[in-house]
Amino acid sequence: MSGIFDFLRGCLRQVRGGRAYQAWVAALLTMIAVGIVSYVHQARIGLIATNMRDQVSWAFYVGNFTFLVGVAAAAVLLVIPAYVYQWKPIKEVVVLGELLAISALTMCLLFIAVDMGRPDRALHIMPFVGTPNWPRSMLTWDALVLHVYLIINLVLVLYLLFKTYRGETYDKRIFLPLVLISIPASISTHTVTAFLYNGMAARPYWNASILAPRFIASAFCSGPAVMLILFQVLRRAFKFDIKDEAIWKIAELMAYAMFLNLFLLGAELFKEYYSATEHLLYTEYFWSGIGPHRALVPYAWLSLACSVIAFVLFLIPGTRRNFFTLNLGCLLIWAGVYIEKGMGLIIPGMTPDTLGEIYEYTPTRMEWGVAAGVFGVGFLVFTLLVKIAVPILVGTFRAPRGAPAPSPAEAAGTIP
Amino acid sequence: MTRKSLPLIEAGEAAPGAPERPLDPARRAFLRTAAAGSAVAALSSCGLDMEDFLRKHFKELSPAELGRVLAKVEQRNQARFGRKTTVRADGPRPGVEFGYGLDLSRCVGCRRCVYACVRENNQSREHPQIHWIRVLEMEKEHGVDLAHSEIYYEAEGVPRPGKFYFPVQCQQCRNPPCVKACPTQATWKEKDGIVVIDYDWCIGCRCCMSACPYGARHFNWATPNLPAAELNPDQHYLGNRPRPKGVVEKCTFCIQRTRQGRYPACVEVCPVGARKFGNLLDPESEIRKVMETKRVFVFKEELATHPQFYYFYAT
Repeated sequence: MSGIFDFLRGCLRQVRGGRAYQAWVAALLTMIAVGIVSYVHQARIGLIATNMRDQVSWAFYVGNFTFLVGVAAAAVLLVIPAYVYQWKPIKEVVVLGELLAISALTMCLLFIAVDMGRPDRALHIMPFVGTPNWPRSMLTWDALVLHVYLIINLVLVLYLLFKTYRGETYDKRIFLPLVLISIPASISTHTVTAFLYNGMAARPYWNASILAPRFIASAFCSGPAVMLILFQVLRRAFKFDIKDEAIWKIAELMAYAMFLNLFLLGAELFKEYYSATEHLLYTEYFWSGIGPHRALVPYAWLSLACSVIAFVLFLIPGTRRNFFTLNLGCLLIWAGVYIEKGMGLIIPGMTPDTLGEIYEYTPTRMEWGVAAGVFGVGFLVFTLLVKIAVPILVGTFRAPRGAPAPSPAEAAGTIP
Repeated sequence: MTRKSLPLIEAGEAAPGAPERPLDPARRAFLRTAAAGSAVAALSSCGLDMEDFLRKHFKELSPAELGRVLAKVEQRNQARFGRKTTVRADGPRPGVEFGYGLDLSRCVGCRRCVYACVRENNQSREHPQIHWIRVLEMEKEHGVDLAHSEIYYEAEGVPRPGKFYFPVQCQQCRNPPCVKACPTQATWKEKDGIVVIDYDWCIGCRCCMSACPYGARHFNWATPNLPAAELNPDQHYLGNRPRPKGVVEKCTFCIQRTRQGRYPACVEVCPVGARKFGNLLDPESEIRKVMETKRVFVFKEELATHPQFYYFYAT
């Protein structure tokens, strides 16, 4: 029992930090406070506090959810190149990916919760206590894979960190299968989320079989973009030994993923514009607007510009290896995919609505507030997890009476 | 106005509101009790109604439990509107499958059906304004083309030259995408063809609204704004009882009327007789006569939803 108190005390010690860190945490807490105030307002008067209406019945929250599922999925996908290219701190790469996935999934679930009209009845979707419409309803599938993925990540991270904290070597027979399961699980979360929209014949903009492949391609860009920046921060803050080559290799892989994403986008645009059926309207609404209704047009082109510039930056070896242009590329990818997978996917899917009415949706201030709160929670969870996990990994935070710990590099090197 | 009645359903025939297909209630009830037991204390302090929280799915309710649920809805109506209401839950009648016909050559776009429906079915009057029937003004030049339709046309001077009118409401699909999408089985298709929602089971995720190709599902973005004086006290649990905030609602072919052998309010009010309704299984019914003598079509047939709502041009 005293071990737990030691650990908790140790954690409290770890989550302290310098000025910049304190300012960051204070900013996140402010965001969370804004989120709570906004959500209380929404819960009181109902979702009428948003700008969603019957015509556009899913919007900002669901868009953020979709984007974050991609982040959660792709963080773990870094495990694949880490294996293929035999990066040294592979355990650290895996753990950080899992931590990002856990934080992103937390935000996903929160975005769904704030979007629900009756969150008090959430149990109705649970097996045994509720009546889930499984296997027919895609949302039940989505809930299933998201929770499975979350649980795998939690178990994996807790096991690894617990063992390392105690200064013991972890059992590869437990660790490796879990890592290997988490990879298809991460793909399945994003595929099933794509199917949630894809399966709706009522919405031609979503009802295209290219949707799931595009989800995966864009996720391969946005997830690693976070990791690249994080690696650089951690290299400075801790003795965290990740080589430049690994970072450049990730950037190169992101360039390929972005190429695929842009190619699939081009294939979609060709089909829509050349065949020019009644289904073209949704694509037109996003890219050129319908008559006076042009709310999304600037965002569409901004997103495309961000993605193309980032693609070029990551493709050219010179700009890929320059940390200024590399980080710029990461931010551009993040922005480009955020627009494309968020508002750019959900809103044109519903504009015009199924009876041809055009209702132009833009989020209310309150929706921004709630979203800020959710992002605040997610980033705070991530910050705290990293603050506790990294010292364990690099060996500065250990159980007091533990045996001498193997150095992280040694532990990492044991993976085939 | 004389009250028309459907000739082919005998009004006196009792139909039990009993579940059609129980989902192993004993096991479920046990699990629910076990799992929720510990949560009871915590949640009841948050002001949540424990009885609602632990309730079973509508189809699993025993007649006695259903009776208690209905009594509770009546009590809530009393508390909310200060009026006595009757809430029934009569089930589908054997040998009945409802069908609806809409004569596009007669409809003049007056929207009387829209407002008769609002009054009959206790929809929210404003903020949000909910209409289960939406009448589209279309251009004769383009035919049925949603890209050239207008929902907010001026009611004055209809029918306007060069235009025709295309009312849309729930098509009561035989293959309903909304039912497939619902994650909690809060909406289902009854034996007589009506797609219903249990407003006490819906979690407000709005998957059904994304899935519906007809814009037939509407969400209570706020607590419905329904003046007590305008409340229709004759209510059905799966139909026109007042809804809470945060759940989805839709046309039920006026389940509270049609299961008692009456016409839906929209059929009754239509001044030009554009709306036809009846039992598809009865060869003598009005709707069957329409289908035999006119050529009918369904809306968005390419989606294979197989509506029980038919459009036709009588002249």
